Parts: sequence; structure tokens; C-alpha cells
Amino acid sequence: MEGIVGYGAYIPRNRIKVEEIAKVWGADAPSYKKGLMLEEKSVPSLDQDTITMSVEASKNALKRALIDPKDIGAVYIGSESHPYAVKPSGTVLAEAIGATPDVHTADLEFACKAGTEGMFIALNLVASGVIKYGLGVGADTSQGAPGDALEYSAAAGAAAFIFGKENLVAKAHETYSYMTDTPDFWRREYQYYPQHGGRFTGDPAYFKHIKGAARGIMDKAGMKPEDFQYVIFHQPNGKFPFRVGKMLGFKKEQIEPGWLVNKLGNTYSGSSPLGLTSTLDISQPGDMILLVSYGSGAGSDGFVFEVTERINEVRESAPKTRDLLSHNINYLEYGEYAKFRHKIRKAD
Amino acid sequence: MSTPARYWREIPQRYRLEANKCSSCGKIFFPPRLLCNVCQSKDLEKTKLAETGKVLTYTIIRVPPHQFVDQAPYAVGIVELDDGVKIMGQVVDCDFEDIKIGMKVKVEFRKLFDVGESGILCYGYKFVPQLR
Repeated sequence: MEGIVGYGAYIPRNRIKVEEIAKVWGADAPSYKKGLMLEEKSVPSLDQDTITMSVEASKNALKRALIDPKDIGAVYIGSESHPYAVKPSGTVLAEAIGATPDVHTADLEFACKAGTEGMFIALNLVASGVIKYGLGVGADTSQGAPGDALEYSAAAGAAAFIFGKENLVAKAHETYSYMTDTPDFWRREYQYYPQHGGRFTGDPAYFKHIKGAARGIMDKAGMKPEDFQYVIFHQPNGKFPFRVGKMLGFKKEQIEPGWLVNKLGNTYSGSSPLGLTSTLDISQPGDMILLVSYGSGAGSDGFVFEVTERINEVRESAPKTRDLLSHNINYLEYGEYAKFRHKIRKAD
Repeated sequence: MSTPARYWREIPQRYRLEANKCSSCGKIFFPPRLLCNVCQSKDLEKTKLAETGKVLTYTIIRVPPHQFVDQAPYAVGIVELDDGVKIMGQVVDCDFEDIKIGMKVKVEFRKLFDVGESGILCYGYKFVPQLR
């Protein structure tokens, strides 16, 4: 059976608090904090991007997988912030971990769902027997327009998963995808910041697709919310995952271990995959985990995982996600943040 | 200014710390050499440097080359890796006053610089404090 052989996370050390952003734009920080259920977000340094974070998360996944990188037959990075417009991110990652040249590589884009797309493809290539191991990464250094609600949440982070058929950390019992054409969030070619449909990003977008994918995969697997120890939904803000969880019949306790957004922000393609890493960090053999991503545009990928005994052997082999979230933090002022996020126009 | 070809030639060292080791006397070369400069052996095998080590010495760069202007001031250290090889690189993710001789560091993959607004992005290793 196929599943996860190794997993790894990476979160930059920089943070900016909601108050610091609100101060610049004359906004009311308490109402943003309450409305978004969010206190601060991660920010990449000038020398960090989707590629560097993907490499570090993948190296952490390799520490847990304990496989020869040459056996990885596919490397996929899902992101909406690939550093190049033309030139793959995945080639740098494949080269950095030593998987080249016998490897298939592609960069994927689907707003916040690109990470689980890579995981979906890598996992199913393994299942089909085309490759021995596949690496799927979700990573983003997402940008929100200055002063926009998204600026309070758009964050940076990466999660990587190596899929295979032996020495599994978690068996993958089921996958399912739910997709429609829904223009709730977009960024046109040559535009620096994305635009969104405000409240339209809620019911017809996030909630409809997550509910569709969650119900679809539970039907397919013959499972109910109470059959899962943990569930991870995409986390664009703090409230949405709990609200959709309640709609579907999940309890708060099932969501909390993978709920990182209040201190991390929305890491877009890294969001629900990072939630899965932090959930695996505390899970026990036999635990069933449901993962449902969401990407604007719009769609959701669902996965049902069952944790194996091997989790106890590999858990400590790489940094745990909540440790990455809490160690060596560096709080930024808005000026430094604006520089780090290339929001300042300089002379040539 | 790094050309794509020069950057590409250095990828095995910058990305994966690939070195070679003399099969006769055991000396490690980074970057790799064709001939051992100790025993003149041509029998060198591929190896990979350790990814953890300690700071031997460091300095703070305040007047940097043009590619690094946005990063200044920054720390550059000579790090002795756990396999005894000494290499130089930026020490990041810590305040300057926290950098100490002997501080344990590990390698992290970072963007070193970019070649202007439209040129290639150059990646490689830097050092960060070991947290665990």
C-alpha cells in the first residue's frame, strides 16, 4: 500500500504582528485580530523564497524517510509564488536534494491548493507503480496588497511529503478532488498583488468546495467525522477551518493540532500541508487523519491517512512544526517587512 | 556578476556541498581537485561535506559588493564543519551579538543574490544557529 514515507516542514523566523500592520494603515487591530482569529504571520527574509523553503522542508522529509534521494522519481512544488515566471523551481529542489537527473519535475499552480496537487500526483504515481518514491511540496511566500485584508494573513512556509510503498509513516487510504470554475481570487499576468471577491470567497468558494471534498471522500471511504482523530482544513484565517468543521460535524479538538494560522498566517500552498505535518508530529499509530485543502479558482483535494507504528521512530528525526513556529522568532517593524517583501520601489 | 554558466558549474558545491577525498591520504578538497596537493595521488573519490559545524571566526560586512547591498550589514564566518573542512559563508538568522566563536551552526539553503531585476537567481549555502 502507498502512503507517506517522510514528511518535513519549514517556517521562516520572521514575524509581523497584526497591530504593526494595522498601525500603518490606520486600521483597528483588535477587530482584525478578532475577525481573522489571527495574531501574527511569518515573513520570509530577503534570502528566502519558495525554492529555499521547499529545499529545507524536503531535507527534513528526507531525514524522516531515510531513503536514497536518487530513488525519487518525481518532484513537484505547488506554489503561487514561484520565484521565476519562466524557469522551474522544481529543478533547483531536485538538484539540491540530489534527485537529478532521473526524475520528473513540474511546478504546479492552483492558488492555495497547489501543494496538495503535487502531493496528489506524486502519491498516485507511486500507487500506479510508475515511480518508487515521489516528493510533493507545498510552499509559498504569498503577498497581500498593502492595506488589504490579505496583508494581515499572507505568510510564508513550506511542507514536504515523500510518498512510497514501504516503511510508511501513514497509509493513504483514499484521495478525492472536488472542482468547479469559481473566480473568487486571482492574479493576472504582470500584476504584483492578487485580487479577491471579498465575501464571495466564503460560501460559494471556500465552504462549498471544502464541504464537497470532505463529504465526497468520506462517502468514498465509508467514514464519518467521528471516525477521524484529526482533521486539517485549509486555513486562510483562524475562523474558517472551525466554521467548516462545525458544518461537517467535526469537533474543535479534531482540528486544533493542525490549526497553526493564528501564529503563522496563511501560508497558501503550504497551509493545510503544514497543518498535516504538525498533526503527524503529535499523532499515534492507528490514528485516522482527514486532510482537505482549498484553492481559489476553485477546488479542494481530500486525503485519508492512517498513521503507522513508524511515526514513533521518525517523529524526532527532524524539527517538529510547532517548534519551528515558536523558536528563534524575530519580530519585524513594518519598514523591515516592506523591505523583505520587496514593497519598496528603489532607484535603478 | 555571475553568468548562468559559471553559476551552473558551481551547483554541485553550492547546493550539495560536493567535495572529493584523496583515497591515499584522506585529504578532502572543496571544491574538488583533480590531483591531491599532499601526496599527488590522482585517485580521488566523490564525497559530501558535513552539514553541521562551529564558527571559527567571523566578521560583519557593512560595505558589501553590489549584489549584497540590500542584505548589509551581514555576518560572514569561517565554519569548521564536523568533518574538519573549513568553509566560508554568511551566518544568518541571529543577531550579531549572539554570534560567538565556537557557536554550533548548520547549513541552510538560501538565495545568495540575484543578478539584477531580470537576471538569474543564485542559490547556495549559508549558516544558521543549530537549535537542536
